[in-house]
Amino acid sequence: MTTIRLSVPETADRGEIIELRAMIQHEMESGFRFGSRGEMIPQDIITKFECFYNGTLVFSSDFHPGVAANPILKFYARANESGSFEFVWTDQNGQSWSDSAQIEVS
Amino acid sequence: MMKTQSPLLSRRTMLRLGAVSVSMLMIPRIAAATEDEMNEAINAMFGDRVITEGRVNVDLPPIAENGFSVPIDIFIDSPMTEDDYVKQIVVFSPRNPLPVLAQYHLTPMSGRADVSARIRLGGTQSIRVIAEMNDGTLWSGAKQTLVTLAACVID
Repeated sequence: MTTIRLSVPETADRGEIIELRAMIQHEMESGFRFGSRGEMIPQDIITKFECFYNGTLVFSSDFHPGVAANPILKFYARANESGSFEFVWTDQNGQSWSDSAQIEVS
Repeated sequence: MMKTQSPLLSRRTMLRLGAVSVSMLMIPRIAAATEDEMNEAINAMFGDRVITEGRVNVDLPPIAENGFSVPIDIFIDSPMTEDDYVKQIVVFSPRNPLPVLAQYHLTPMSGRADVSARIRLGGTQSIRVIAEMNDGTLWSGAKQTLVTLAACVID
C-alpha cells in the first residue's frame, strides 16, 4: 500500500497564496545502486507529478533519479475558488497514484 | 609503567583509517557527471540562449550529512502574474551520475515561485538552478554544499 500525505489548508481567503505539500511513499530506485551480489538494481522511479486545481493543471514536476526516495514537494497556489486539489504521481511504467483535498474559499 | 601512545596515530585513529579505506575499496565506481556534462545538458535543454545570473535563490544546507536526501529550496524573484511568471525551473548537478535532477513547471496560478524538495547528491558540489520565464528569458543561481555521505555510490 502506497502512503500519500497531503497538506492543503481547509479554508482560504479569495486570492490568498496557499502552501501545498505532497508526499508519496516510493523507493525512487535510481538504477545506480548495486545489490548484495554486485548486480545493478534496475531503475524504478516516479517520473511525473501533477497538481490540478478544479481540473486545471497549476503545478507539475518531472522527477529524475536525482530525486530522493519518498519524494516530497512544497509549492504554492493562488486560491481563487472553492473546490479540490488533486495530486497525481505517475511512474516510469505508467502506473499512477492520486489523492485529493478540499478547500473552502471565502 | 609508561603509557605508550603516539599523539598523531592512536590505535583508535588507525582503526578508523582502516575502516575508511576498506569501505572505499568496496564501493563500486560509476562515472559521475562532470562540469562539462552538466553544461552539455544545459545546452541540450536551452541551446545557446543567454543565461543571466540572478533572480534565482537556491537554498541548500552548507553541510549535507546524508547525500541520499538533501533538502533544497528554490525561490525565484517573480510577480507570478499572467504577463510575468516563471514557466520552468530545472535543477542541474555537476557531480551526480545524471546532470538533470528535477524539473518544475509553474503557472500564473502558482502565485509564488517557491519550490522545496529533497534531492540526492553524489558528492560535494555546486548545484545550479535555471529558471525559464514566460517571456523566454533564462536566469540562474547556484549553491555549494558539502556532502559527507554521498548518494549514488560514486566517489
